Amino acid sequence: MRKLLLALIAALSLSGCGYNDFQRQDEGVKAAWSEVLNNYQRRADLIPNLVATVQGAADFEKSTLVELTNARASVGSIKATPELVNDPEGFAKFQAAQSQMTGALSRLMAVAENYPQLTATREFGELRAELAGAENRIAVARGRYIKTVEAYNVLARAFPTNLTAMMFGYKPKANFAVENEKAIAAPPKVDFSKPAAK
Amino acid sequence: MRRILLAGGLALAGFLAAPARADVPVPPLGARVTDLTGTLSAAQKDELQARIAAYEARRGGQIAVLMLPTTKPEEIEQYSIRVAEAWKIGRKGVDDGLIMIVAKDDRRLRIEVGYGLEGAIPDSVANRVIEERILPRFRDGDFYGGVRDGVDQLMRLAEGEKLPPPARAPAGRAGAADPTQFLIPALFFVLIGGGFLKAILGRLGGSAATAAGLGVMAWLLFGLAIGVFAAIAGFLFAFVNTGTGGGWASGGLGGGSWGGGSSSSWGGGGGGFGGGGASGRW
Repeated sequence: MRKLLLALIAALSLSGCGYNDFQRQDEGVKAAWSEVLNNYQRRADLIPNLVATVQGAADFEKSTLVELTNARASVGSIKATPELVNDPEGFAKFQAAQSQMTGALSRLMAVAENYPQLTATREFGELRAELAGAENRIAVARGRYIKTVEAYNVLARAFPTNLTAMMFGYKPKANFAVENEKAIAAPPKVDFSKPAAK
Repeated sequence: MRRILLAGGLALAGFLAAPARADVPVPPLGARVTDLTGTLSAAQKDELQARIAAYEARRGGQIAVLMLPTTKPEEIEQYSIRVAEAWKIGRKGVDDGLIMIVAKDDRRLRIEVGYGLEGAIPDSVANRVIEERILPRFRDGDFYGGVRDGVDQLMRLAEGEKLPPPARAPAGRAGAADPTQFLIPALFFVLIGGGFLKAILGRLGGSAATAAGLGVMAWLLFGLAIGVFAAIAGFLFAFVNTGTGGGWASGGLGGGSWGGGSSSSWGGGGGGFGGGGASGRW
């Protein structure tokens, strides 16, 4: 009986200090982060096809392609791992590389509009839709990651759960910068969808 | 002091003014087709809902259509994911929900595709549905035709995906409430409420009051016949059941939830969305 009581008290105090919340929310952050990574990967997977299609157009402007290649190189130089969320510096680098990629892609799509024989092809139309979809998924995944990490970080910083965090070494996790988010939250910076007039 | 007051006033004014640019709220989900623009006639709405309900019964997936004037200040993509997160169209775990949102004054529309249908309806295909089926009709001002053809095409595409068959009772809360679900809350009511009432009103009076309460609830939920039956059964049960008495009354178990069976409303089944789909403008 006494053992049972002790176990009950231990369970209650553990849940009171937020240990279980940490476990749950830590898993939540991991899941949200892998969703972000998956969607960046989805976008990256579209690039070879996109480059091939665009290069098929006669004398396509080279500078945007070079920019895209550079962006790919810098994204590729960063290991996109689940551990990145515990490494603010690496996280910032990852974020910078990905937003460079976003910029390069949207410029490429803008320039492509000057090549009607390219944009009229079905292949390009599909790529454009897939790219818009990837960008939107990235925006959604980032938004969810931000919310999840906010909740986790409140837990890690606020009293009394911060004591638990200290005891077990739970550090606040890296989050996307807010000023950056404002620019990114509206998914298509350059409108990928076809203009109204045909 | 005046400056402080002024600053406080300004802050307050800012606070009060903030909701002015607030985002468009997500309307409550009560039906498969929600038209806030008054574009569809009642008959058109019924026709659309019948088509979708048939698909739902056949395949188990859910589809919702929302027409509204504007999503400003948000982009339609931002608004639609909020709708998707609030409505949870599609079966839980299968995530086979589809949402079509038309922002009429913005001249934008979006198809939101649940996780489980991303294979059958990739973004480029959703885009083609918009470009080829919906927008030509929207450009002619035929909103009903555009939505209908779009929904039809989406249903055809979704049927190409191998997903679990629909459950016997369709997902969500479609159809009338099931009287057997009523049994356990009813038992609680008779045991706890009955014990309590008997403690106050005496055995006969308490049993009668319990029976009346139970009968009225059953009547409201399922009609008169079941209501009378429940009242008689409740009276007998409460009258005979003397053992637990008032002790249960303070148990604090609380009655079961009775609200589950509002018969005409339709709700999402818990499906998840990740921002897949496509947008278009006309």
